[in-house]
Amino acid sequence: MRFRPAGPGALLVEVDSLAQVRALHARIERERASGWAPGLVDVIPAARTVLLDGVADRTALAADLRSWSIEPSPPAAGQVVEIACRYDGPDLRDVARQWGVPPERVADIHSRLSHEVAFCGFAPGFPYIAGLGGGHEVTRRDRPRPALPAGSVGLGDEYTGIYPRNSPGGWQIIGHTDAVMWDPGREPAALLRPGDRVRFVNVTP
Amino acid sequence: MTGGSEQVIRVRRAGALTTVQDCGRPGYAHLGVPRSGALDAPAHHLANRLVGNPPDTPVLETTLTGVAVSAECDVIAAVTGALAPVRIDGEHARMGAPIRLRRGQLLEIRSATSGVRSYLAFSGGLAVPRVLGSASADLLSGMGPARLANGDVLQLGRLDGTDGRDGCALGQLPACGEAAPADDSGQGPRQLVIHPGPRFDWLVGRGLAALEEGQWTVSPDSNRVALRLAGQPVRRRRGELASEGLVSGAIQALPDGHLVLFLADHPTTGGYPVIAVVDPASLPACAQARPGSKISFRLASSRD
Repeated sequence: MRFRPAGPGALLVEVDSLAQVRALHARIERERASGWAPGLVDVIPAARTVLLDGVADRTALAADLRSWSIEPSPPAAGQVVEIACRYDGPDLRDVARQWGVPPERVADIHSRLSHEVAFCGFAPGFPYIAGLGGGHEVTRRDRPRPALPAGSVGLGDEYTGIYPRNSPGGWQIIGHTDAVMWDPGREPAALLRPGDRVRFVNVTP
Repeated sequence: MTGGSEQVIRVRRAGALTTVQDCGRPGYAHLGVPRSGALDAPAHHLANRLVGNPPDTPVLETTLTGVAVSAECDVIAAVTGALAPVRIDGEHARMGAPIRLRRGQLLEIRSATSGVRSYLAFSGGLAVPRVLGSASADLLSGMGPARLANGDVLQLGRLDGTDGRDGCALGQLPACGEAAPADDSGQGPRQLVIHPGPRFDWLVGRGLAALEEGQWTVSPDSNRVALRLAGQPVRRRRGELASEGLVSGAIQALPDGHLVLFLADHPTTGGYPVIAVVDPASLPACAQARPGSKISFRLASSRD
């Protein structure tokens, strides 16, 4: 665990794997629920880091974190959310080529992998869903598309992402879903949150 | 209050970009929701204080060209932030002081002569539907109310009305006697106090000292998301970094050595190295830095 100050009021904690990020984030949220570090405003898990924003005493906080034993948590923490996906995206061929399989196999492979939301970012409700690690990582497009429709399901690095609203995007689009990823009038607003497990259901007509 | 009048103001001239802002949406960054909120927080708090509102009450934030509104009821208003001529039915009115606005009167904030963003508060505040606890317009994600348009009618709240929302962090609230508007008419660059960022070690050569020695120009494509700074490119390591969380004031070094300084509507994560972070006390100066103006940096010392 390495500590990197991010200005006078924040600390970036760096670990070695996504599994450690999940475990650390889960522990932080448990401790916060019982009153630890009450000044914290935002805790942002990402690929290899957790950012703690709203830190009064970085030294004391780092000492606390160092004293915890962070064991990667068993993968049973989050709820399971099913995402009905039509595997009809424009980049199926490109992904198939990267995986070394025929394009018609991509849907089957993707929907059978086990996926878990690692973190959110880029836009409200945009989930970075880990699951492609271990041989199914995907290189992003050289040039982002200027416009993607809401519900586009894309692959980038070790993640699957779902675009909550129309936006530009550089991920390889393999399909689409009608699931509403983000609705500020809904509680919770984000359909997928860090720790949730995701099952992609192939509903390609 | 005049009997029968509607508790509203009407937008006569919306200006280049006028939005409703309060203290934003802290606590939702893990869902990808930007912090948002007034860019010049002390000016926002002061405007509310001058009209007797709680400091986190929604106000209008203007951009360079001001705004003009007419009152359909008697109301107390106040203008703070970027220095601009203020007129009531064409007559001079003071910034940084309460202004009695009578039903039917026109309040104009003209183009800023210094700074970028002025704040216009009304007693009782703006009654705007809140999204995730905030009335702020977030230009990155599109959350919150749309930017003002000519002819819009804005409902005012009630002075006694509190909706149980937690107050936001006040930061440094100036005393009413120190109601100095943002003034950048002096010579020389605005100096921002910075701290080493989490990835300062991505700088090569003279490292952070290069930031202290250089001078940058605020690019015209700067906005509520970020100041984009043009100048001598910094020398940084090549390579990629996995996306990580960003704080307001984070300064990223792009692959070509240019700098991006994130403001309130910044994305919650980013993949370019954050080499420095602007001290929170210097963020209002960032909010008021005009396109074309000069910026310099000074590393924080123990006296900061």
